[in-house]
Amino acid sequence: MKPQVKIKTLSIDGRDIGAREDETILEVARENGIAIPTLCWLEGLSTVGACRLCMVEIEGSSRLLPACTTHVEEGMRIATDSERLRRYRRQIVELIFSERNHVCSVCVSNGHCELQSLAQALGIVRVHVPYRYPRLDVDASHPRFVVDHNRCILCTRCVRVCDEVEGAHTWDVSGRGVDARVITDLAQPWGASESCTGCGKCVHVCPTGALFEKGKSVAEMSKRRQFLPYLTLMREERR
Amino acid sequence: MSKPRLATLWLDGCSGCHMSLLDLDERLLELATKADFVFSPLVDVKEFPRDVDIALVEGAIGTDEDREKILKVRERSRLLVAFGDCAVTGNVPAMRNPHGTCCVLARAYHETVTESPQTPTENLPRLAERVCPIHEVVAVDLVIPGCPPPADVIHEVLTELVAGRMPDPARLSRFGQ
Amino acid sequence: MPFIEEYQRIVALELEARKAITHRLLVCGASGCLSSGGDAVREALAAEVNARGLGREVQVKGVGCMGLCAAGPLVAVDPAGLLYQAVTPADAGDIVASLGSGPVTRLLCPTDTPFFTRQLKIVLENSGLIDPERIEDYVVSGGYQALIKVLTEMTPGEVIDQITRSGLRGRGGGGYPTGLKWTTVAKASGQVKYVICNADEGDPGAFMDRSVLESDPHRVLEGMALAGYAVGASHGYVYVRAEYPVAVRRLQTAIKQAKRLNLLGNAVLGTPYSFNVEVRLGAGAFVCGEETALMASIEGRQGTPRPRPPYPAEHGLWGCPTLINNVETFANVAWIVRRGGEAFAAIGSGKSRGTKVFALAGKIVNTGLIEVPMGTSLREIIEEIGGGVPEGRRCKAVQTGGPSGGCIPADHFDAPVDYESLRQLGSMMGSGGMIVMDDSSCMVDVARYFMDFCMTESCGKCVPCRVGTTHIHDLLARITAGKASEDDLRLLDELCELLQGTSLCGLGQSAPNPVLSTLRYFREEYAAHVGEHRCLAGACGATEEVTS
Repeated sequence: MKPQVKIKTLSIDGRDIGAREDETILEVARENGIAIPTLCWLEGLSTVGACRLCMVEIEGSSRLLPACTTHVEEGMRIATDSERLRRYRRQIVELIFSERNHVCSVCVSNGHCELQSLAQALGIVRVHVPYRYPRLDVDASHPRFVVDHNRCILCTRCVRVCDEVEGAHTWDVSGRGVDARVITDLAQPWGASESCTGCGKCVHVCPTGALFEKGKSVAEMSKRRQFLPYLTLMREERR
Repeated sequence: MSKPRLATLWLDGCSGCHMSLLDLDERLLELATKADFVFSPLVDVKEFPRDVDIALVEGAIGTDEDREKILKVRERSRLLVAFGDCAVTGNVPAMRNPHGTCCVLARAYHETVTESPQTPTENLPRLAERVCPIHEVVAVDLVIPGCPPPADVIHEVLTELVAGRMPDPARLSRFGQ
Repeated sequence: MPFIEEYQRIVALELEARKAITHRLLVCGASGCLSSGGDAVREALAAEVNARGLGREVQVKGVGCMGLCAAGPLVAVDPAGLLYQAVTPADAGDIVASLGSGPVTRLLCPTDTPFFTRQLKIVLENSGLIDPERIEDYVVSGGYQALIKVLTEMTPGEVIDQITRSGLRGRGGGGYPTGLKWTTVAKASGQVKYVICNADEGDPGAFMDRSVLESDPHRVLEGMALAGYAVGASHGYVYVRAEYPVAVRRLQTAIKQAKRLNLLGNAVLGTPYSFNVEVRLGAGAFVCGEETALMASIEGRQGTPRPRPPYPAEHGLWGCPTLINNVETFANVAWIVRRGGEAFAAIGSGKSRGTKVFALAGKIVNTGLIEVPMGTSLREIIEEIGGGVPEGRRCKAVQTGGPSGGCIPADHFDAPVDYESLRQLGSMMGSGGMIVMDDSSCMVDVARYFMDFCMTESCGKCVPCRVGTTHIHDLLARITAGKASEDDLRLLDELCELLQGTSLCGLGQSAPNPVLSTLRYFREEYAAHVGEHRCLAGACGATEEVTS
């Protein structure tokens, strides 16, 4: 028998909402059709709170909290949208654009990219910080997939899906700060990886054109993520 | 009341944004009744005129000449529009930045050429070490992202501008469109 | 209890052995003096003593930090109460020859100066007096008495009560009430709990924790053992930087010695309480001083922070309730237990009780380590105890709290040093580093230096800190190069606000502090770089020098 789950009542953007105590603000908001922008979060994977886009305001606290990792509490009054939050979100997305070389027009994911559509949703038409233009590698050593570090936003979805769902832990992050890179095995070429099963889950959870299938040209790489909630659900049922 | 004076210009780009402008087709005729095209790569005027109301600039700043041009355009225009992704983000021309201009020139004119490789220099502007979007050099009043911005978007933006209203490009277009 | 008798026997033996000694030469063996040749001095003194056949009555002893690093290597003569400075091996003959007669005047370091007279030592009470590699020295000066007292007379609740009464707050920077933290961990449900000592001191110019570990490691171990007893933990970790080899070695020696006397390990002193301590080495990432990143590192994962809550007190190391305190915090505990919380609370000011250790560095005469009561003014610390800036220069500001702190200008030096006052001034207590700057320092360049540090040390997990610190650094570099515009200043403000508001951990949230504090107090220096392309301090090479 499952232990009894308590129900909390709270309000999001002025709407009174009931939620299970083990739910996060983000989960509750989505159930109620309240959109909070995210990039590192993906249903079916653990949460890391790294992209900082889902920050929300909680009444009575000067600190902003990430909706993806913050659990609901009784009487919480949450605002998911404000001039300040919109400004921060725009700035964060602009920082991501400036960090590496996101050239939408020639990207395999043009038109199917979460970063690109998020920029549009947030009304970003130009980046106010200078572009950094780092020189980054493209690893096409794998027979079927490519990793283009120019497009990587370090959301670590690939790292998590490989570890938590596929169980291979081929991906990880090496380096610090802006020098951080996703790596396969011990920073060996992807094609030489002994742990990679070639399942392609990482490719399909990647929000941008950083991971893609070989043979896909500009705007041809659309990702299919339906497998993830399905796999999670089936595994939970088996348990 | 005199009609607004409209100018278009291309810098470091592929001229695709201007092709998209031409895709306005018959709507160009209608636009011509509301505004005067005083300068454009499509119009035979050599010197960028004074007292321009609306200047649409395609392309990034990739050479010393681009820099001189944009400074002049800024000085002579009331409203400067960064027109398309190269002008807004640097886009494809800026892809040489991580590698350095010298490497790119060497690859294009020496390493991949078998017959008398040489870098063309005569009558050509010097490539800048770093390509940058227009707003890093001069103030920009409006940006229309897109590679290229679709003709409908250009039409709407120009119609609004000519009518003296400021359109919201975020609603119409996005990077890479 | 047999173990306690053993303890008392060691005290008696040690006291007996000391009776034969007429003179002791204490040679500083902490990193500051070691780097100026302290080791060679000690060897030369020992050789001289042996050559003169004085081996029985004159003892040459390596001890911990004596504080005045600027004058090292230091040698103290006991019981004459003399201190010799800048001693070289060649001085050994004169020093040994002078024992029992007058001092070697050319080496004398005056000890009646404010540097020595204005200090109050709790954490450093044994530093410079005992040999950190001998547990007997610690025991004879009252070491482990608090542990014996607690295990024989006190309940865990009573221990926490003393800590709460003392008003002790976290010495690692945040200033969180220690008693409250201990209570939370004690009350957290879980069979297994951990105690972690954070010795990942990484602020530029800070060497307090290093010095405590090098000078008196048992003090920290005793504090941890007391904490373990109070919160119900039987395992502790000391997370210390691998860059502190002397500290690591002395700590490991201390753990071995304490285990041998059953002061650590299973069934401590024959009681049901067990407490095992292991050392974990950090690989040199500043962010691993952040508690969640530190725990990830101990677990063998990449040292990156995670969002809090949940706090380590509920969900810490391997998911178990975990108490994390810094070296200096633990170093206060035994004293508090021995003398009672009230005695500690009697020292200090406002909500900041007890003493604080500071590392004085930068443009200051008495570079070194000091301990003063909380609430001492910055002026007293810098101008009197620290001796002010060297001749011919004017003191401009002090940076407290490292890269997370801020620069406080000289006209605010009357402010008392406590958690609240420093925060009000836009800085923070931090772990206790104080970097003094004179009028030759450009404050924009100082901010750039600290941002360079934060950028290099950003773990890269969250976007605002990873990318924001590089942009802020580049903007500051542009300003110092005289190439920035008013727009750049605006962007600087915006990015600082973003990092404060949205970064994942304290490192990112506080990274803008050096920029914000210099903007607040030295805005005219920014304005001169931007508007007139000149550096008021004449420090930035790329801008035009100020010509008088």
